[in-house]
Amino acid sequence: MSIDLSQFFEVFFEESLEGLDAMEAELLNLDPGNEDMETINTIFRAAHSIKGGSGTFGFTSVSDFTHVLETLLDQIRDGQRALTAEHVNLLLKSVDCLRGMLAALQSEQEPDLTEADEIRKRFEVILGFSEDTNSCNSDIEETKSENTYQIDFKPHPHLFKTGNEPLYMISELAELGELETQAFYDALPDIDSLHSEECFLAWRFFLTTTKPESAISEIFEWVEDDADIDIVLCGGLFESDLSDDENNTHQTPVLATNEIQAERPVSETQASAPITINTSAVKKAEPKKSSDSSVTSIRVGIDKVDSLINMVGELVITQAMLSQIGEQEITESTITALQEGLAQLAHNTRDLQENVMRIRMLPISFVFSRFPRLVRDTSQKLNKQVELKLLGEQTELDKTVMEKISDPMVHLVRNSLDHGLETPEQRVASGKDPVGTVTLNAFHQGGNIVIEIMDDGQGLNTEKIRDKAIANGLIQDTDELSSDEINELIFMPGFSTADEVSDISGRGVGMDVVRRNIQALNGSVEVASAPGVGSTFTIRLPLTLAILDGQLVKVAQHTYIIPLISIVESLQIDISKVSRVGKDLDVLRLRDEYIPILRLYDIFNHGGAIEELDKTLLVVVESDNHKVGLLVDDLLAQQQVVIKSLEANYQKVDGISGATILGDGRVSLIIDISGLIKLSGLKRPGSQDLIVEQNAVGGAA
Amino acid sequence: MSEHNQQLILEGQHDENQYLTFMMAGEEYGMNILAVQEIRGWEDVTAIPNSPSFVKGAINLRGTIVPIIDLRLRFGIADNEYGPLTVVIVVAVEINGQQKVMGIVVDAVSDVYSISEEQAKDVPDFQDSDNAEFVHGLVNVGEKMVVLLNLESVLNLE
Repeated sequence: MSIDLSQFFEVFFEESLEGLDAMEAELLNLDPGNEDMETINTIFRAAHSIKGGSGTFGFTSVSDFTHVLETLLDQIRDGQRALTAEHVNLLLKSVDCLRGMLAALQSEQEPDLTEADEIRKRFEVILGFSEDTNSCNSDIEETKSENTYQIDFKPHPHLFKTGNEPLYMISELAELGELETQAFYDALPDIDSLHSEECFLAWRFFLTTTKPESAISEIFEWVEDDADIDIVLCGGLFESDLSDDENNTHQTPVLATNEIQAERPVSETQASAPITINTSAVKKAEPKKSSDSSVTSIRVGIDKVDSLINMVGELVITQAMLSQIGEQEITESTITALQEGLAQLAHNTRDLQENVMRIRMLPISFVFSRFPRLVRDTSQKLNKQVELKLLGEQTELDKTVMEKISDPMVHLVRNSLDHGLETPEQRVASGKDPVGTVTLNAFHQGGNIVIEIMDDGQGLNTEKIRDKAIANGLIQDTDELSSDEINELIFMPGFSTADEVSDISGRGVGMDVVRRNIQALNGSVEVASAPGVGSTFTIRLPLTLAILDGQLVKVAQHTYIIPLISIVESLQIDISKVSRVGKDLDVLRLRDEYIPILRLYDIFNHGGAIEELDKTLLVVVESDNHKVGLLVDDLLAQQQVVIKSLEANYQKVDGISGATILGDGRVSLIIDISGLIKLSGLKRPGSQDLIVEQNAVGGAA
Repeated sequence: MSEHNQQLILEGQHDENQYLTFMMAGEEYGMNILAVQEIRGWEDVTAIPNSPSFVKGAINLRGTIVPIIDLRLRFGIADNEYGPLTVVIVVAVEINGQQKVMGIVVDAVSDVYSISEEQAKDVPDFQDSDNAEFVHGLVNVGEKMVVLLNLESVLNLE
């Protein structure tokens, strides 16, 4: 009857992590001294399921740790102990610690218990398990002296059917201290009517232990509803109790201590085994992101699945219709029917595609949910008072995008807390509410999702940014820049305005990495700021990474795809406005701008393309705020393309972001604009400016 | 490492392995048949910009993008007009820990032989040749000599 439990591990980890998230969220809602019982219950339930699960799967380190946590919560729940801010902090710490332990177990490593042990000790101090704090200890059960308890345990007949085994409970009891056991079997029916799946036995235990009563009731917790349990503290001697019993109840006690006591040493060694392993220092298990992503799963609403099933049903009907037409002789009328069928098929396919994409969509609250904690911890560290507002939490976006946007957002929020918001004193001095506000807002706009990170702090200090940029050589002190242009500078590599480097932000690698990560998702980030009023960072992202609107272009005999989102305009070149810069670079003057012309056939080394500028077309694209023109032979159709990886079976190709399959089954490559600009040699390594623009500036000066 | 593994597996299997052989410029080459996924006729490919000359391009293999390598050009043999016998052998190999599916263009598919590892071990000293790393072993089958290829290095483009 042994079941391979490991198949349920993933579920356990997922549920436990969810439980921890819930705990964390609720803990942040707690207001010590004015706590909501329902909140505490929720936290308790989460802790309790984690403990139960980890116990079942044999992760004793987790269940032992959760146990102390749960004991404290239990006391708070029962009103035996008042919740303090210290408790909340400690509980939050233990949530982190549990996450670490689970991550370690998930990657099949032994968790590092030093932190856990430390937290557990602090819990035990609070709970009064150790001698040095007797002051706060009001419960008699929690004294260090030995007590003898009389435990009557009379399971209901259906106990076995609930999957509980009394023997395990008894051996657990035996681990607590000296145990004497009596079994009562007078309820046993005749052998004929005896049902092997029902429990007719009852027990009485005498347990001499230093542990509190709660430790005993804990053991019976799972069977509370399936048995009569009575735990009484008996101060007197064991023997007298026993004799009393015999006189009073006239039942036949059977001493069954031998078996249980024989088991004790065994279970004790078992219990101590993990500890010896734990002490042999195991390196802290960092959750392996790469392996994680391969096993993650998402929960999908049943409505989404139902609508998918409906659509597949329609698809099957359309397919049946089409194959029926295919079997008929081809006449005028079958062709009409075929065309209708194909139109229907196209419709079905599009619907199905949209709905399959919806499966990957999750509400952004998955990302937002980590911020309350982050804001709390960071603002404490910075001694600032911050209120976090979350808006549009139900806005959905692709899971992959969500995973990748989380880190840049953390960075932006930290920046707002560290640089944006002022200290309470400064705020009061400038006539603001001492409590600063950081708002996260998400909404859909066209085919994009927009995430705004707003703070009502001091805004970006344009003077400081300008000075810094000049000092770093990013701009010349003669350059006239608008404040928006100056604000843009913070996204340059190696830029940081923090007066001193803190561990929260200000390492100077920040904003350019944020921008690069967001651009890697085909998104953009902008900043708007007003001095003294606050700043807003706006992130725009495509809803999904799997599909892209593309413009098909012809270069020699090859078809390439340019992402429609980056195309500014397409035009025929007016040859009189083209001038040659340097050795072989043509520049088109388009209105007030100079657009460098990149000859795609040249960059991609394709022969046989049209080389005369006046016979070709120029597609003006924008990337990293720079416009370039791509020279193509012809513009073909615009269509949605499904992005396929070229790297999976080949390798990264410069200037190409991926591949797709066209309607005729051929492969076509998707152009990566910023990669292309680098490949063309227009952008000097480490520089943000295109060479042409620098030349233009030089020419003007 | 994979070669070492391969040998371990071979020892477990009566020391014998099946090799698919193919012709190229009159020579017969063999590759472990377990790596072969399918054999297709030559079809037009989509060129990959700035790739080495032996990378002919990419094809759509039932929704997966698969690069096509011309083995003649890879080995520096004069290239050939593609004819009706020209085939693409689609293979799955592990390169730097990643499973990759690639197609290789050869003149024609020839035969399948069972070859024991003992026989294949006879590798002459190729130190001077650029292509030495591509060769896993040489083996005589009847009158003919077959060059057994080390696909991992043949298809490792880095």
